[in-house]
Order: sequence, then structure tokens, then C-alpha cells
Amino acid sequence: MINIISNHWEELLNGLGWTLLSSILALFFSLIIGSFFAIMEVLPSKTARVIGQIYVEIFRNIPLLVITMFFYLVIPMYVVKINGFTAGTIGLTIYTSAFIAETVRSGIQSIDIGQMEGARSTGMTYWQSMRYIILPQAFKIVIPPLGNQFVNLVKNSSVLAFVAGFDLMYQGNMLASTTFDTINSYLIVGLLYLVITLPMSYYMQHLEKKMA
Amino acid sequence: MKNKKLFLMPFLLIILLIAGCSNGSVAEQSVLENAKESKTITWGVKADTKLFGLTDVRDGQQKGFDVDMAKLITKKILGKDGKAKFVTVTSQSRIPLLKNGNIDAIIATMTNTPERSKIVDFSNSYFDAGQSLLVPDNSPIKTTADLKNKTVLGVVGSNSVENIKKVAPDAKVLQLQDYAQAMSALKSGQGDALTTDNGILYGMAVQNKGFKVVGGTFTKEPYSIAVNKDQRDFVKAANKAIKEIEASGEYNELIKKWFGDVPKFNYKELYR
Repeated sequence: MINIISNHWEELLNGLGWTLLSSILALFFSLIIGSFFAIMEVLPSKTARVIGQIYVEIFRNIPLLVITMFFYLVIPMYVVKINGFTAGTIGLTIYTSAFIAETVRSGIQSIDIGQMEGARSTGMTYWQSMRYIILPQAFKIVIPPLGNQFVNLVKNSSVLAFVAGFDLMYQGNMLASTTFDTINSYLIVGLLYLVITLPMSYYMQHLEKKMA
Repeated sequence: MKNKKLFLMPFLLIILLIAGCSNGSVAEQSVLENAKESKTITWGVKADTKLFGLTDVRDGQQKGFDVDMAKLITKKILGKDGKAKFVTVTSQSRIPLLKNGNIDAIIATMTNTPERSKIVDFSNSYFDAGQSLLVPDNSPIKTTADLKNKTVLGVVGSNSVENIKKVAPDAKVLQLQDYAQAMSALKSGQGDALTTDNGILYGMAVQNKGFKVVGGTFTKEPYSIAVNKDQRDFVKAANKAIKEIEASGEYNELIKKWFGDVPKFNYKELYR
């Protein structure tokens, strides 16, 4: 195990870097897109609600690998050339955003309707009440489930290995096949994923306590 | 108290599992004796490689040169009533599956290399392949010298990705999960060329119109049967079987059956 680490630390570090980059990008964009569709789903307009629901239901119910493969193999053929890393990150973003949308929506809907009515009666517009009254309370409620989604996101980023995205899992596959030491290669990869996800879990627990 | 015991349960289970693993010395028993007793040899074969090992969607059976060779060798070793069982492997999974005893032997377009010889034992070669390049018909790539700053696709765990790094150090190498996926990636323009052994590439050229094999062969890839270390008696039996198959002319029949229809390829070169 020490042997693999000392001989291949560059590849492993490289993989860790790509996994982190992909996760951060996907986390950022999926949070924005997810919140956007969550708000769509609770708007008074029926069209907006239906559009939001269609997006969420489609991407929540298709396997991540299928979405990623679509962006890796189909989009370059007909639309624009994108590499494995980009395809994987786009797939991750879309997939995760659907789950985040559901999480945030449930948070918004758990806020008592009186809050919105009260805000409106003080003269705030719909959007002002949403921005200053509803969303801050909603996000506080959804922090624990959002934390779960983020941890899942990091683990799901291993989908990049299937599209040559140079991530940890990709490097792990290469190590396993060049050193033939399958057990230790995947053990190391697993430990490196823990290095990312465990602090995240603890930080989320800390945040939860602080906000409560 | 009760809760504490429950808490320990998963650990106990894991310990039991690990203990079970170390006892399951399947890989250390004599494969040949086991095979003679059960009248079956379990072979690891490819399921995604046209001409060598490809699953026929109509009946779910693997078909190809490797598969036919495995059947013949099984008959030679175990006699007429010997049965060959097939398990699908990929370049990546074949050695782990052999090591943990899921399969008795690998006959899956596997090249005998010095690095691999350290962890498995190889029989004599049963097919002589060489690495080559598959490119779209309109590609400017003609030899490996044209690969500078191009993206080459390969498969994780195949030694062709190691070779191409030596032959074309300026090329970018992407490793995909299997040959079917590498072919899809080549089609969608994720790479400029696909590299592996010529036999496999000819199979792809047969299946996919608009692609051709270029660059000749730039390595020697003797395909061999792999078994676990210290299975000398099985290797000996397999070598004897291969010799008999070559001598009886069955070998050349198989070559003709599988490589007779490959365009721009003289299958008689492969005769033994």
C-alpha cells in the first residue's frame, strides 16, 4: 500500500484534484439550478409549476450514468465537442440539481403559509417576501438533507471514470490494472474519497447545530 | 447492553467475511485436478470483442476464436465429455477474477508480458497479434508518427495503452472501460484514433463502416492462456493441447472460420 502511494502519489493527487474540481463546479451550479427549479415548483403560475415538475421528475429518475454517457457520446456527435471531464460534470450537475430542487421545494413548502401572508400584508411584493422571509427560513430547514446531497455528489463524481475524466476512480482503475494490486489500489481510492466526504459531513453537522 | 451487542454485529460479520476469504484458497488448489474431477473448466472470455469473444444477442452465448479454442482445449485436456463453462471478463477484471478463483483460466485476447508473468503463469502463445491503429476513413493519420498531439483511445488494463505511450509519447491517451465504449467514443470524436491489437481492430472495422486499420503492427502480442501461479500441470496440459490442435489442422480451420472474411487481411499469414 505504501509502495503504491510512494510510486503513484502524483496520479492520485491529480485524481483527487479533478474529483474536487468537478464536485465544486457541480455543487455550485446544481445549487443554483436546483433552487431555481424549486422556486418554479411553488410559483402561483401553473405553467411554471408544470415545467419545474417535468425537469425534476425526468432527471431524478434517469440513472446518472445514462445522462453522462449522453453528454459524452451523443452531444459531441451533433452539437458541440466536449471532453469527458465536462460531460461528467454536466451530468453530475443536472442529476444533482433535480434532487436539490426537491429538497429545497419541500423546505419552502414546510414554511407556514402565514409567513407569506404576513409578509405580503406589510406591503412586500411576492418576490420580496420570497427573498427575505421564506427562503432564509427554508434553507435553514433543508441544510441537513442538502448536506446529504453534497456528500452524494462527491461520491457520484466517480462517474467521471467511465468517460475518461481523470478523477480519483479513473486513476484507481489505472493503478489497479498497472500494479495488479487491486485490493490496495481501491482501498487507497476509498480512503481518499473519505478525505473529502468526512470533513464535509462533520462541517454539515456543525452548521446544523449552529443554525438550530 | 443489548444495544452494545447490536453495535458489534457488523464488525463481527466483517471479521467472519475476511476470515472466510483467507480460508477460500480456491486459487491455490490444483485447477487441473479440480477440473478433472468436475469435468469442467471455467474459462474467462471476452464478451465485447468481435472475432475473439462476443456475446450473440440471439442466444446469449459467447462466440469467437478464443471461445472455440477454449472448447477444443477443454476436450483435449478432459476428453470427449469435458465441458467448457464461460464467464465474461474485461481487460480490467480478468486478473482479479482469476486470482479470486471465479475462473480457472483466462483466454481473453491476453498478451503474455513480463509484468503479467510475475503474477500469473502463461501457456505458449495460441495466436500472434500485433498492435495497430483504427481511424476514420478520412483521417490524416497513417502511422504512429502522425499521432503527435492527437488523442488516442485505449482500454483500461490493456497493455496497448502502455505501448502507445512509448511509441507516441506526445499523444494524449484516454482509457475507457471496454472496447465497445472506446469505439463509441471514437465515433463521437472523443479521440482521433483507437489503439489495440490488430485482430480486435479488424473485428471493429468489420462491424463499423467508415473506419480502417492503419499503421501496420508496431508490437508483437502473443496471446496466451493465463492461469494462477503454481499451476504448472495445467500449463503443461494446455501447451500439449495447443500443439495437438495445431498438428491436427483444427487450428487452421478456426483461423479460416473467424478471420476468412476480414477485409484487406490475409488470414493465411496466421496459419500454423
